Amino acid sequence: MLEQLSLLSFASGGWGQALLAGALVTISLALACLPIGLPLGLGVALMARSPKRFPRAVATVFSTVFRGLPELLTLLIIYYGCQIAAQKILAAMGYEGEVMINTFLAAMIAFSLVFAAFSSEIWLGAFKTVAKGQYEASQALGLSKATTFRKVVFPQLVRIAMPGLSNNWLSLLKDTSLVSTISLVDLMRQTNLAVSVTKEPMFFYGVACLGYLLFSALSGRVFVYIEQYFSRHMRGART
Amino acid sequence: MSFDQLLALVLDPDLLERYGPRFIDGLLVTGKLVAISFTLGALLGMLLALARLSNNVLLQRFSAGYIYFFRGSPLLAQLFLLYYGLGSLKGFWQDVGLWWFFRDAWYCTVLAFTLNTAAYQAEIFRGSLLAVAPGQYEAAKALSLKRSTTFFKVILPQSLIVAIGPLGNELILMIKASAIASLVTIYDLMGVTKLAFSRSFDFQIYLWAAVLYLLIVEIVRRSLKHIEARLGRHLR
Repeated sequence: MLEQLSLLSFASGGWGQALLAGALVTISLALACLPIGLPLGLGVALMARSPKRFPRAVATVFSTVFRGLPELLTLLIIYYGCQIAAQKILAAMGYEGEVMINTFLAAMIAFSLVFAAFSSEIWLGAFKTVAKGQYEASQALGLSKATTFRKVVFPQLVRIAMPGLSNNWLSLLKDTSLVSTISLVDLMRQTNLAVSVTKEPMFFYGVACLGYLLFSALSGRVFVYIEQYFSRHMRGART
Repeated sequence: MSFDQLLALVLDPDLLERYGPRFIDGLLVTGKLVAISFTLGALLGMLLALARLSNNVLLQRFSAGYIYFFRGSPLLAQLFLLYYGLGSLKGFWQDVGLWWFFRDAWYCTVLAFTLNTAAYQAEIFRGSLLAVAPGQYEAAKALSLKRSTTFFKVILPQSLIVAIGPLGNELILMIKASAIASLVTIYDLMGVTKLAFSRSFDFQIYLWAAVLYLLIVEIVRRSLKHIEARLGRHLR
C-alpha cells in the first residue's frame, strides 16, 4: 500500500504533479463553461417565454437537441465538425494544410452548449415562481422593462434557480471526464497515462474517482454559501 | 445543387448500404445494455433505498456511502475502475472462478452501469417512499396488515406513481450515458458510429447517430409522459 502511495509523490517517478495538473485542467474547463453557458441558458429561457413564435421554436429545438444528445456525441460532433469546417473555410481562402482545433476550445464550446440547454430548463422553472404582481408593481412604479428584469425579477430568479444549477454544475464537472477521449490532458487522461505506465489500474482509477468526489464535495460547500448569500433577505423573516 | 447531390451530403446511399445494418446492430446493443442495467439497477436501487431508510445504522451508513460514491464520480471513471482495475486482478478471479465475467467488456459494462444507475434510482425511490403519508402506515397497521402486505400493496404502488417521472428522466440519462460503453470496445450505437467514421471519414455518420439518439430519447420521453398521465388518472 505504502509502495503504491509513493506513486502519488511529487518527486520524479511520482505521478502527483501530473495528476494535479490534470485536475487543474478539469476544474478550469468546467469553470470556463460557466461564463458562456449561464447567460446562454438564461437567453434560451427568455426566448422560450417570448410571445413570438420564431424565438420559441429556436429555444425548443436548442434545448431538445442538446439535452437529448449524449454528451460524448456532442463533444465529438463539435470537435470534428469545427475541424472540418475550419479546414473547408481555410481551403476556400487558399490555405492548404492540416488544421487542428484547440481541444480545450472545442470541449469548452460543447459543454457550454449542453450546460446552457440544461440550465435553460432550470431558469424556466424559476420564472414560473415569480408572481405576476411583481411585474405589475414594477410597471406601476414606471420601471423600464430592462430595469424590471435586472433589479426585480433576476435577483428572485437566482435564489430559486440555485439548487438546480448546482446539480447541473455537478454533472458538468463529471462530464468533463469525457474530454480524455479527444486527448485533452485532464485528470482522467493523466490517470489513463499513469495506468499505462505503472500498470496499477485499480489504484489510479480509485484515486481519480476520489479526486472527482473531492471536487463534488468542495463545490457542495461553495453552493451552501452562495445559497445563503442569495437568500440573505429571508433570514430576518424566519428567526 | 440538385436534390441528389444534397441527399448524398446527408444520406449517402452507398454509405447507408455499407453501414446501415451495423447501425441497426448498434441500436440493438444500446437497447439491450440500457434495458438490462436499468432493470437490475431498479432492483438494487430499491434495496439500497430500503437500507437507507432502515433503522439499522450499519445499513444506513453503507447505503449512504455507496450512493455518495457512485453519484459523485464520473461513470467513465467507474467503468475504467471496474474493467481495467478489477480486470487486472486476473489471478484472484481465476481462483474464485469469476474470470469469465471480468474478462468480458460486455459484462463489466453492464455491471458498471447497473451499479451507477442503482445509486441514482435509490435516491429517487427514497424520495418517493418518504412522500407517502405516514397515515398510510398507521392505517395499514390498524387494519393489522402484514409488513410485507403493507409494503407491496399499500406503500409501493403509491410511491411508484411519484417515482415514475424522475425514473423516466433517469432512463433517458442512462440512454445517453450508454454512449460511454463505446470506450471499452462495446459496439453500441456510438461504437458503431466511431468505427464507421474512422473508416469513411465522412462527417454525416455523426449526424446520423445524432438523429438516431434524438429519436430514441424523444420517443421514450413522449411515451413516458403518456404512461405517467395514464397511471395518475385517478389523481386528476
